[in-house]
Amino acid sequence: MVTVQRHEVLVVQTPEDVVLVRQAVRRSAEELGFGLVDQTKLVTAASELSRNALIHGGGGTARLEVVENESRSGLRLTVEDSGPGIPDVEAAMRDGFTTSGGLGLGLSGSRRLVNEFEIDSRVGEGTRVTVVRWK
Amino acid sequence: MSIGVDRIPILKMGEFLLVSIQVDLDDRLAMTLQQDLSERIVKTGARAVLIDISAVQMVDSFIGRTMTDIAAVSRLLDAETVLVGMQPAVAMTLVELGLTLKGVRTALTVEQGMELLRGRMAERGGNDGHSPTA
Repeated sequence: MVTVQRHEVLVVQTPEDVVLVRQAVRRSAEELGFGLVDQTKLVTAASELSRNALIHGGGGTARLEVVENESRSGLRLTVEDSGPGIPDVEAAMRDGFTTSGGLGLGLSGSRRLVNEFEIDSRVGEGTRVTVVRWK
Repeated sequence: MSIGVDRIPILKMGEFLLVSIQVDLDDRLAMTLQQDLSERIVKTGARAVLIDISAVQMVDSFIGRTMTDIAAVSRLLDAETVLVGMQPAVAMTLVELGLTLKGVRTALTVEQGMELLRGRMAERGGNDGHSPTA
């Protein structure tokens, strides 16, 4: 069972907010004792997902949680928007898939940077991506 | 913090343009840097751009792409670009993300970056009409 130790919620409405999410993730990852490479991976995934929420979802929120299961602790990030949603999630998860002229590495790349990755998207309602990296 | 900073300074030293990124880059700041650099290359006729990223703790796909674009645009404007001082954790994360910054020259230190650029300029100097004597 996973329990949540503490959490914070950040608003993602501007490019500066994306930076603030990165900084909050860095702080928490540091506090939890993640090594530098793991911290960097988490911060990078957070940046990709927050940018997606901003650009594709018209803004949203990033919820950062320190979680614990029987054996270890980790950091969970949930980025949520109420944008148009993703019609074909499977396609969107492929490397190189893009609707914004970007590199199409945001979702697929982020998945490689974390231990757990879950995406829930509904057309017309929004998208929620939850990622966990365990220590 | 990027808050309050609206552009990254670009220094000119001889034929070099030097940039040291000391802030957490947001997307706007990254795009502004790309535009500013392109304009400065044309305005000054600089032949080389050195970007120090030793203080950059994270390069995501947008920033990585901006770096690739800067190198490509500079090349079209007849200037070489080198990215110096990438932290190992940043390099490892970039590769896992799926980004290898193809076409971007890198060096570990500013000195090595300068060396590399001088070498490239000397190589090209003689045959592209931009030589000092032309």
